[in-house]
Formats: sequence, C-alpha cells, structure tokens
Amino acid sequence: MTNNIILLGHGSGGKLSHQLLDDVIIPRLSGLPQREQNDAAVLSHGGRRLAFTTDSYVVDPIFFPGGDIGDLAVNGTVNDLAMSGARPLYLTVGLILEEGLPVADLERVLDSMKAAAAAAGVAIVAGDTKVVPRGKADKIFINTAGIGVFDHDLEILGSGARVGDQILVNGTIGDHGMAVLAGREGLDLHSDIQSDTAPLHELVADLIAGVGRDLHVLRDPTRGGVATTLKEIALQSNVDLTLEEPALPVGEAVRGACAILGLDPLYVANEGKLLALLAPEAAGRALDIMHRHPQGRHAAIIGEVTGASAGKVYLRTAIGGLRAIEMLAGEQLPRIC
Amino acid sequence: MKYLDAFRDGAVARRMVEQLHARVADYAGQMTFMEVCGTHTMAIYQHGIRSLLPPQIRLISGPGCPVCVTPVDYVDHAVALSRLPEVVIATFGDMVRVPGSSSNLQHEQARGAEVRIVYSPLDALALAQKHPEKKIVFLGVGFETTAPTIAGAILAAQRQGLKNFFVLGANKTIPIPMAALAADPELQVSGYLCPAHVSAIIGPGAYAPLAEQLGVPCVITGFEPLDMLQGIAMLADQVLEGRPRVETQYSRIVRPEGNPRARDILAQVFAPCDVPWRGIGVIPGSGLCIRDEFAAFDAARRIAVEVEAPREHPGCLCGEILKGKVRPGDCPLFRNACTPENPVGACMVSSEGTCAAEYKYGI
Repeated sequence: MTNNIILLGHGSGGKLSHQLLDDVIIPRLSGLPQREQNDAAVLSHGGRRLAFTTDSYVVDPIFFPGGDIGDLAVNGTVNDLAMSGARPLYLTVGLILEEGLPVADLERVLDSMKAAAAAAGVAIVAGDTKVVPRGKADKIFINTAGIGVFDHDLEILGSGARVGDQILVNGTIGDHGMAVLAGREGLDLHSDIQSDTAPLHELVADLIAGVGRDLHVLRDPTRGGVATTLKEIALQSNVDLTLEEPALPVGEAVRGACAILGLDPLYVANEGKLLALLAPEAAGRALDIMHRHPQGRHAAIIGEVTGASAGKVYLRTAIGGLRAIEMLAGEQLPRIC
Repeated sequence: MKYLDAFRDGAVARRMVEQLHARVADYAGQMTFMEVCGTHTMAIYQHGIRSLLPPQIRLISGPGCPVCVTPVDYVDHAVALSRLPEVVIATFGDMVRVPGSSSNLQHEQARGAEVRIVYSPLDALALAQKHPEKKIVFLGVGFETTAPTIAGAILAAQRQGLKNFFVLGANKTIPIPMAALAADPELQVSGYLCPAHVSAIIGPGAYAPLAEQLGVPCVITGFEPLDMLQGIAMLADQVLEGRPRVETQYSRIVRPEGNPRARDILAQVFAPCDVPWRGIGVIPGSGLCIRDEFAAFDAARRIAVEVEAPREHPGCLCGEILKGKVRPGDCPLFRNACTPENPVGACMVSSEGTCAAEYKYGI
C-alpha cells in the first residue's frame, strides 16, 4: 500500500504533515531546510526586519465553545507572527464560502474577526472572497496572512534551544482541541471546556522586555499539540528534552474528556498557548512575567533541555518512569484549526 | 479525576517499586509476566513501568489488542463492503487504518467510500435509523468487553424491526488463547496480568483452569500505574511462594461473579466458534459468532460481495509479537518499512498495539 493520495492525516500537523511538507511541498516551492522552518518568515527591507506568515482555517464546527473560525483565523496568524518575536501589524483575509451558507453566519464570523483584530491591535488591510458550489467546501474556509515588525534584534528560532534551557508553557493544555470536539454534533461530553483561542503578542512582548536574549525559542503548540511541537524543536535544535508529567498543566475537564476518549492531552491542539525555551537563570523571571499576564496565569515550567544530540523528547512520568514522546502519527482529532 | 489521582501518586509508587526490588532481590531466576490487554500494554509504556522494574521481572505483551488479532481477510471483507455504493461502514476509529491485502478503509474513504467513525454500536444503530436508504455495516471487533454492547445493538435492531443494520463479526474471547500461550514451552509465561474490563464481564472463575491445571499465576489488574505495580507485585509473590492462583487486584470493579447480565446477552446473540487470530491461526472455540436466529443482521451472510484473496506482508512478525515471542525491535520492518503513518502490520496500526506503543513511547 502506498500513500499516493492525500489522507486526512496529512493535515493533522503531525508526522504525515511533516512528510508531505518535506517530501512534496517544500522541495518544489522553496527548498528551505527543516532546521530553518519557523512559524513566520523573517524578511529584511530598508534596514528593518519584517515577519511574514499565512495560515488557513477549516475548523469543524465553525462555532465552538469559547470561539469561532473568525477569531481563530485572526489569533492564529497574530500568534504565528508573535512566535518569531515580531509585533503584528497587518492582516489580509481570504474567504472561501460554500453555497448555502446563511449570511447571518458569515456576519457573525466577520464580527468576531473584527473584534479579534481590534483586540490584537492589527488592521485588516486587504481581502478576497470566493463562493464554491454546495459540497465543494464545508461552510466557510478562511485564509489569513500577516505582516509584523521587529522592535529588537533578537533571533527567536526553532533551532535556538540550548542544553539547560527551561521549557515553559503559559497555561493549561488541550483546551482548544477538546472544546472543538465537545462542540461537534453527536458527541455530547457534557463539559464546560472552552477554546483557549487568544492573541499572545502582548505576552511575548512582555517576555522579550523582561528576559531579552535569554529567550531562545517560542512556538505555539497548535495542531499536533505540545508533544509534536516540542519534538519539532528538539529536531531543529539537535537537543534532547525531558518533560515532567506532574508539572504539565491540564484542566480537570480536559483530563476527564481525554480519559474517556482515550486521547493524550499532550497531542491535543491549543490556540492560545506558547512554549518558551529560555536560559535557566531567566526561567523564574519569565514565569513571574507570565503569571502577571492574563494569558499566563496558569503558566508552569514543564521540563528542560537535557542533552545535545538526537532530537529525542522524553517524559518523566508521575510514578517516576521514563518514556519517549514522538510526533502525532496519524490524526488525533480531525479539522481543529 | 481526583479519584484517579490516588492511583498515580508518585511517592506511593516509589515505595512500591522499592518494596518490589527488595522482595525479589534474592531470586535467581527470571519471571516473565504477560499482559493480554491492549490497554495494559499502553499503560505499561505510557507510565514507563518497565524502566522501574527489577531485572528479575520481564514484561511481555500478548494478543490483547482486538484490532491487532483481526485477520487480514476480515479487513479485505470490510474494504470490499465499503466499495458497495449502498453500504456505510461504521467502525471504531482504529479499524480504518488496519492494512488489508491491498487497501484499507482510510484509503477507501479518501476514494469516496462512506466510512463513519463511531464510539458505540448504538451510534451505528442510530445511523441505520437515520438513513433507511443505506445499509449500515458495523465492524464487530472486540473481546468480551465490547461484544455485549454489539449483542445489545443487534437485539435493539431486532426489536425496532430495522432491516438495514448489519454486523460484520470478528468478536473473540480471551481466556482460550491465554491457555494456548501458557502451554507453549517457548514462551514460559510465569504469570498473567489478566485484563481488567474483560474480567468484569467474565469473572475471575474464567481463569481458574490456567492457575489450577497449567500452574500459571493470574492477577486481574486495573489500568492505573499503582494498579499495575501492585498487580506485578502480587504475581511476583505467587511465583516466590510457588502457589499459583487467581487473584483480583482490581476488586473495585471486578465482582467474583462477573457480570451475569452481560454474559446472558452474549449467550443469547453469539455462539462459540472456531476463528482465526491474525498471526496465530485458528483457535478452536475462541470466537463469538452471530447465532442463526440473528442471521438477518449478519453482514457476512446477508450482503454478497467478492473479497480478494488475502496476502500478508512476508516480512511482518506481528504473529510472533502477538504471541510474545519477539519484541517489536526484533522485526526487520519496525521503524523502517513499518511506521504508524504507514503501518505494515496490525500491531503498528492499532493505538493499543505493541509495536505502536514501542514506536511511540519506547526509549
């Protein structure tokens, strides 16, 4: 059997997605080596550095507890810019609408895009709209592209992790993926799980102001979750990471829902979370900064860079055992962002 | 979840591990304990339990993942059914990626087949009610834990007079292959971590012949890490005492009589039959086949379809792995031709398979 057709798993953000990028897409379009792939491209023009990125949103359902496809499309691109350390400035929006979509639904999505853009301090400056026949898309797909500017000369890259770095997350993990799942027709989890969709650029600006050069890596663990994102960082930086299971912040409702469905919160998507890898002497300060910010109240140090070598990620379990963490293999939850 | 935290307490675990090391310190031999439940396999890996055990204790995985032991011709049958325009396949998620001879359900779905992932056979029943123009075929895979709900769905379909709900059956029972493996001199199983939820249905008495006739210690064990450590310690104690018996560590769920109501439903709908286990072969009496009275709901008997001749990948060692005779790393395909995203054998495809666990969690 060969993978000669596109499977849903190719969009999971996990290993199949990486294979598609590395084997099919990137060789044809850019040739950028894996080590240099980050959430945004960094461009220089007229002596200034700019960050440029794009992302498409195909979430099902389009309205879910804690948000909708509109604020997700704004916050997601704002966060991709923020993860390179840039200050987000401008967005463009591409809308692909399915014939039959109620205009009221479109208005609701656009209103929440407007509110999210205002909250993130970015301007939506260009856009495009297409309509496709019923069945050729699922209600609404949104593409956003964004430009940001750097107010500093720091280089925050996936390849920047160093031995001894502490790994911080700004709050509970798995909320977005489980909220989307809970909102899906036919799966009544009786939970109050809310998506964590939120812009993170202010939190990033505070971190940069507070710890500066000690901040080495920032990444938002969206599709594929914390596990897949840390594996990417370990591979890009040629380091080994070890996570401490008891330190992982997971909400009670997410833990319960994951246990029922046999899912691992480490692999569930987030839309308002970041992972920061920074020098050990700055970790306490960074944690204080996060705790003072509304997006970081439940921040925690969840592990550290334990060695320079093969890109392995380990988990020290609650009972003291050690196991490996790999990228998401297939798809854990379809169409979550 | 707070209730479960008590079974994951790190300080208690450390004490239990120390006691276990002390208890077997003077034991010169090797104890080989087999778990025959996919969820146990995953728990062992997920909590890193192997890394905590003394060298005298070795854990091996048996044929406890129902997806893994489902033969290739069953997958081929499901694939063939999925290609019929009027058929909707309803299945637990793991089955969609299990490789058949030339395809799997995930690929058929990408090519246009209707494959719905459901969380219960009752979801499939609801699909049948909602889509009378379609034939809903539920893939009846699983041991004594899932089989009663499938039997229940068939009884409900009969009560409701549904003509478009079918089960493609591959249900199996677990104690019979355990006896077959216990008798295998190559394996030398010193004790069984007996499955938790299967035992809640069949009761501890089902393992009595293993302990009494074959002399293999049995401990019905829960899935939480402290359950597992305690179960392993209880097995070690039985070996050290030389007194094999059936004990229940998971007494908060498993009753001495099991679940007679579930067993009644099973007996009403299913009859014991000889079935093939992937990689092991036919084990007499180990299957649960749909009784003739319910043949109207049996997809194999009611929906005619041509199924391709089965072909197994020649290098795949799933069979030996399912019998606990080799470890995933011993298979030449492991991590090379066989990965979770492109699995060759069922042990890699199922989220509860030994190879998938080793690939994902092994260090």
